Amino acid sequence: MKIAVCIKQVPTREWQPRLNDDKTWIREQDASFEMNEPDAYALEEALRLKEQHGGEVVVCSAGPARVAQVIREALARGADRAIHVEDDALASADAFVTSDALASAMKAEQFDLVLTGLQSDDQGFAQVGVVLAERLGLPHATIIMDVQIDGAALRVKRELEGGWFQWVAMGLPAVLTIQSGINQLRYATLKGIMAAKKKEIRKAAVPAGSAARQKIVSLYVPEKSKKTQLIGGSPPEAAKELVRRLREEARVIS
Amino acid sequence: MILVIAEQRDGKLNRATWETISAAQELAGVTGAPIAILVPGASLGSVASELAAAEVKEVVTVESPALEPYTPDGFTAALEDAITQLAPAHVLLPHTYQTRDFAPKLAARLDRAILTDVTGVKAGAETAFVRSMFQGKLTADVVPLGPAPHFVTFQIGAYRVDQVVKGASPAPVRALQVSVDASVIREKPEAPFQQAKQAVDLSQAERIVSVGRGIKEQTNIALAQQLAEALGAEIAASRPICDAGWLPMERQVGSSGQTVAPKLYLALGISGAIQHLVGMKGSNTIVAINKDPDAPIFEIADYGIVGDLFEIVPAIIEAVKQ
Repeated sequence: MKIAVCIKQVPTREWQPRLNDDKTWIREQDASFEMNEPDAYALEEALRLKEQHGGEVVVCSAGPARVAQVIREALARGADRAIHVEDDALASADAFVTSDALASAMKAEQFDLVLTGLQSDDQGFAQVGVVLAERLGLPHATIIMDVQIDGAALRVKRELEGGWFQWVAMGLPAVLTIQSGINQLRYATLKGIMAAKKKEIRKAAVPAGSAARQKIVSLYVPEKSKKTQLIGGSPPEAAKELVRRLREEARVIS
Repeated sequence: MILVIAEQRDGKLNRATWETISAAQELAGVTGAPIAILVPGASLGSVASELAAAEVKEVVTVESPALEPYTPDGFTAALEDAITQLAPAHVLLPHTYQTRDFAPKLAARLDRAILTDVTGVKAGAETAFVRSMFQGKLTADVVPLGPAPHFVTFQIGAYRVDQVVKGASPAPVRALQVSVDASVIREKPEAPFQQAKQAVDLSQAERIVSVGRGIKEQTNIALAQQLAEALGAEIAASRPICDAGWLPMERQVGSSGQTVAPKLYLALGISGAIQHLVGMKGSNTIVAINKDPDAPIFEIADYGIVGDLFEIVPAIIEAVKQ
């Protein structure tokens, strides 16, 4: 089975946001980056499916040169080869442009299964997997917590809201967006890191005629909606003051 | 025209639809366009007359066997037809799991802009939509590009149900015919189910101590448990903690877990991703303890301590005992 995993590189959780001069995007040079967490779960699921059913896992990423770092990491964890659609403009691209870029590079590969994370930790569209399915002409299912494959038959467990789930069946090929927590992640071994250096990364260009369908006109630090009373001092002082306020002001503890 | 796509299952309306109607009424104040509500389904029962109470121009029902049970292929085909007939300027939906499953496909099929998880509307030379980015660290004003219709999905809780303006008399209801070739539907869904009966009903808890990534290791959960005991609170967690198996899934608060509204919600090392906030922002008093002063949790907290929870929590336990 030939499995594609789409991976995005996003700023780390510890990153403190800084804006570019015209306040429409972040200052990329200040940011540190890592693999988008839901995509890491999609990669792990792909590796497990390959272990069960055989075949290969191909990492696909659309982004500037810096995304080579997460591609190498995915190869070190066990992916077989990679496709990198490289263009600086992809750093802040909308979901349509990203999907067009991925679809044009992936189409000829005829993948049996395409996995993505359910959304990215940067722009958070939660769109690319679904739009990609439409561009590739494939059926899809989103927010997946279990994947079962029997020949060309696919059965997946979709997460619904409020603790509800649903099994959905469809044929292969198909696109799935994977929910965080579907599996336990593995980490790269030294052997994997060494092996990754010899694995193929095919570069591809963005397709012509792909048009952005949205534009950020202003990016800013959110305004606070509520006045938070920040309690300072040493830990024992702050703790004592918090307990006093919870007892006397808020009256929520005895 | 502003078209709101309602969400219902078995004739029962998803509450988030009313929030989207409220958003539509705000957008109508900016653009001056009339509002129509479209309800898709196979047997809609009284949903249409329920929606007709809102001050809107009309309610349009789209009934087709292809819409029940829900599939992304069935919804995309039926709504593509309906939207082409109605030619709205904006199509508004609640940002539910179901919308996330089909709306990007529908917009891609029509090759029209789609802005997701929007929290507000801004009037101006061009109408902008507000959305959160980078895990809530930044907010963006975004404008859709290209020809209409523009799709916009609204974050759950961003608009209030009680803000919906009701009409003096019910809006007219009409049926719209769509043609869907059943053979385009490739997904075969089974009946929804609940994994296990919720053994812990956090919604009834008066006090909750909730842990997030900041707890760092499974062994540190014990510290949070000691605090919960000292406060007479239930223990809960954000999604990553339950994903890692450090606490059972039934203790998860947020959009994929339980929704809670205790008297006291004490968040330990929780940054405050929106998926978590929607499950607890109705709490009476919210306390946040986090080392990152820019964590979004502080935007909704009543009391906050910026610092190392491993120093602060033992001190709170000590202070409570005094």
